[in-house]
Amino acid sequence: MARVIVDVMLKPEILDPQGRAVSGALTRLGITGVNDVRQGKRFEITVDGNVADVDESAMRSIAEELLSNPVIEDYTLRIEP
Amino acid sequence: MTARIGVVTFPGSLDDRDAARAIRIAGGEPVVLWHADADVRGVDAVVLPGGFSYGDYLRCGAIAKFAPVMGTVIEQARTGLPVLGICNGFQILCESHLLPGALTRNDHLHFICRDQRLRIDATDTVWTAAYTPGEEIVIPLKNGEGGYVADESTLDALEAEGRVVARYLEVNPNGSRRDIAGVADPTGRIVGLMPHPEHAVEALTGPSTDGLGFFASMVTSLIESAP
Repeated sequence: MARVIVDVMLKPEILDPQGRAVSGALTRLGITGVNDVRQGKRFEITVDGNVADVDESAMRSIAEELLSNPVIEDYTLRIEP
Repeated sequence: MTARIGVVTFPGSLDDRDAARAIRIAGGEPVVLWHADADVRGVDAVVLPGGFSYGDYLRCGAIAKFAPVMGTVIEQARTGLPVLGICNGFQILCESHLLPGALTRNDHLHFICRDQRLRIDATDTVWTAAYTPGEEIVIPLKNGEGGYVADESTLDALEAEGRVVARYLEVNPNGSRRDIAGVADPTGRIVGLMPHPEHAVEALTGPSTDGLGFFASMVTSLIESAP
């Protein structure tokens, strides 16, 4: 089995109110030195076969067309054993 | 001539019945469309109603765009089928790339439900022709992810081309860029709107009957264009 990891983050210029709320909570907890928090999504897709068998272009299509919205989000993709 | 306007029901749609009723009150014939059925039954126009299609999982509208009915709606919308997306329907139209931009989490993170004053800025769309330019209306707004965002060049183009259909007045309720409440495609046949005109078509149940104009615009357009 191989795993495809897709991390999806809001583009830097898109406001992330959830991340801002987390950042506010950290301040209330007395944590200092935190400059910013951005919240994203991580997908772990388990596929048959080993790393060499993974159809990376198909996985990128999934990441671009379903897992992320390219208007507001960026994604990174990596394949692990 | 009857104006047959389809209303799609997705799993999680909430406002399909109200949309159908608004169409009926405006003089049209509502046609029930089902998410799993690619057949749109020869309708003259489609309304994508509000709600939480597919539970809003992943992103609002992200899964709905792959529903069988949407395959047909997207294909026909590209060749002129008028489509009005309200709230979740607006999110689906953006996810489907039939409209530019996206709807994101309200900047204050709270779900809002209020009667909202809007200004109709574009009356040259098939869904807003019954209004006068600059007309102010009050209709319900209820959303958790209604913040309209797009890059600056897209926002500039929307304004330059007169494709901002409606703007929020008095208060920006969700952090939408440039107070945008609704936008249109370049043809004026596809319109997305975050507030809910279908909830403001009768004095008994709405804050006004100001929402009726969206449906009346479409019915009039269909009747006038009939051979």
